[in-house]
Amino acid sequence: MGYLFISPWLFGFVVFLAGPIIASFFLSFTRYSPGRDPIWLGLSNYARMFGDDLFYHSLRVTTVYTLFSVPLGLVTALGLAVLLNQKVIGQRIFRTVFYLPSLISGVAVAIVFAWIFNARFGIINYFLSLLGLPGPNWLGDPEWTMPAFILMSLWGVGGTVVIFIAALQGVPLELYEAAELDGAGSWRRFAHITLPMISPVILFSLITGIIGTFQTFAVSYIMTGGGPANASLFYLLYLYRNAFTWFEMGYASALAWFLFLIILVCTAILLRTSDLWVHYEGLGRK
Amino acid sequence: MAAVSLKVKRHSTKWYVRQAVRNLVVYGLLIGLGAIFILPFLWSVTSSLRTPNAPLSFPPQFLPAEFNWQNYARVFEMIPFATFFRNSVIVTAIAVTGELLSASLVAFGFARLRFPGRNLLFIVLLSTMMIPYPVTMIPSFILWVRGLGMANTFGPLVLPPFFGPAFSIFLLRQFFMTINTELDEAAKIDGASEFRIYWQIILPLAKPALATIAIFAFMANWNDFLTPLIYLSDRNLYTLALGINFLRNMRGGGELALQMAGAIMFVAPCIVLYFLAQRFIIQGIVTTGLKG
Repeated sequence: MGYLFISPWLFGFVVFLAGPIIASFFLSFTRYSPGRDPIWLGLSNYARMFGDDLFYHSLRVTTVYTLFSVPLGLVTALGLAVLLNQKVIGQRIFRTVFYLPSLISGVAVAIVFAWIFNARFGIINYFLSLLGLPGPNWLGDPEWTMPAFILMSLWGVGGTVVIFIAALQGVPLELYEAAELDGAGSWRRFAHITLPMISPVILFSLITGIIGTFQTFAVSYIMTGGGPANASLFYLLYLYRNAFTWFEMGYASALAWFLFLIILVCTAILLRTSDLWVHYEGLGRK
Repeated sequence: MAAVSLKVKRHSTKWYVRQAVRNLVVYGLLIGLGAIFILPFLWSVTSSLRTPNAPLSFPPQFLPAEFNWQNYARVFEMIPFATFFRNSVIVTAIAVTGELLSASLVAFGFARLRFPGRNLLFIVLLSTMMIPYPVTMIPSFILWVRGLGMANTFGPLVLPPFFGPAFSIFLLRQFFMTINTELDEAAKIDGASEFRIYWQIILPLAKPALATIAIFAFMANWNDFLTPLIYLSDRNLYTLALGINFLRNMRGGGELALQMAGAIMFVAPCIVLYFLAQRFIIQGIVTTGLKG
C-alpha cells in the first residue's frame, strides 16, 4: 500500500532523475547532438575541458561571483536581520521593504537593473555623481561588470534576512540576561551568544547560497548575454550555449558533471569544517 | 530589549543619552537602507509612466510627475501580452496542481504508512535535493523532445511536478508527522481506507502547509526562465518570462517606459500574492531555513 502512495515519486525518480543522471554520465563520454547517434570518445571531453580557455574563464567568473556575493550577502542579511529584530515603529513595513525585492525573479531584475546600471542615465551613476565620483560604464566595461552583478545580488537578500530573523528570535533570552549580569557589552553578547547560536542557520544559508550562485543563469543571459568580453560568462551560461546553441551535448554533459562535482566538494568541505565553527545546541562543545 | 527591562527602573542620564543615540542609529540605518531597497521599485514605476519616446532624463526622476498609463496598453500592442499571460497562467496552474497532488500523496506514504525500505527511500529522496538541475537538463531534453516528441508543448514544463518534487514532499512529510495519529486510528477502526484517511482527514488538516507549498510552486513556475527557454521556441507558446525578454529584444522594444511597464505587469501577480499570503510565505521560508 505504501508503495502505491509513493509511486508518483518512485516513477519520477527513475524516469526524470536516476535515468537522466546515468544518461548524462554516459553522454559526457561521447560526442552527441540531437538526431545523430552518440559517438564514443572516452575521456576526451574531459581532456578538452581542461584545455578550454572559456571553461576556465566561466569557472573563474562564477567563482569570483560566489566568493563575493555569498559572504557579502550573508553579512548584509545578518546586519539587516539584527536591525529588523529591534523594537522599532513600523517594523512590519520595514520587513516588507527588505523582503519584497527577493520576490522579483531573475528576468525582471535583469531588465530593471540593465537600466539602473546604465552609464549615462542610470540611478547608480546619478548617486555617484552626487558624491562627485565618476560613474563607471558598469555593464559596458569588463572590469565593472562583475561588481555590478555582485551589487545586484545584494538586492535579493530578503529571503535570508527572514531566516536570520527567525533564528535570532530562537536564541533564548536567558542567555543574554545572564551575559549582561556578567557585564558583557552588546558586541560581546553578539559575538559570543548570537553568532554561535545562529551558526547552524548561517551554515545552511552558506551552502544553499553557493549552490545557487553556481547555477546563475537568467540574469547574465538577459542582461549582458555573457558580455562584455565574456566578463559575465557564467558557468551555466557557457554550459547552456554548448548544449542548446552549438548542440555539443556530450561536451555540455561533461561540464554539467564537473559542476556537480564542484557543488559536492564545496558542500562536503563546508560540512566537514563546520565542527570548527558551527555550534549545535544539545551536543555540547567540541 | 528584554535584557534592558531587567535593569532597575531608574536610569541615569547617560543611559537615556545612549538609548537616544542607539535609536537614532537604528532608525537612520533602517530608513537609509530601506530607501536603497525601495528605489528600484519606485524608479521603475515612475519610468513606466513616462511620456512615450521622450528623451531620458538626468538626473533621474524617482516620483512620477506624469501618468501615461497608455504605456501599459502599448505593451499589449507590441507583443501578444494576453497570450503570454494566459500561457503562464495555464502552465503555473497545472504545475501547482500537480505538485500539490503528488507531493501530498507521497508525503502521506512516507509519514503514515509502513513498508519495507521506507527509511532508505526517504534518505534517497533527501539526497536527490542535492542534485543540480544542469546535470539532468540535457538528458531530460532528449527524453522530452526526441523520445516523447514534446518540443513546443507545455508537457516538459507541467508534467514533472506530477511526479513528486522532492522538496515539497519533504516539507509536507514533516508537517504530516506533527498531526496526531489518533484521528487516523479512529477512522481505521471505522473501516476507512488509507486513501480516505489521506483525502478526508490529513489533507484538510494540512491546509496551511499546502498553501505554503502552492505559493512557492507558483513563484517558481511563474518566474522560471531556463525551462521554457529550452523547450518553447514557438512564439505563441511563450510564457510571460520569455515574453518580456522578447519585448526587450524586439524592434522598438528598447524603450525604457515599455520595458518597465512589461516588467511590472510580469511581477505584479507575485507581489499581490505576497500581500495576500504573507503569513504562509514567511512561515515557509522559516521552516526551510531552520529545519531544512
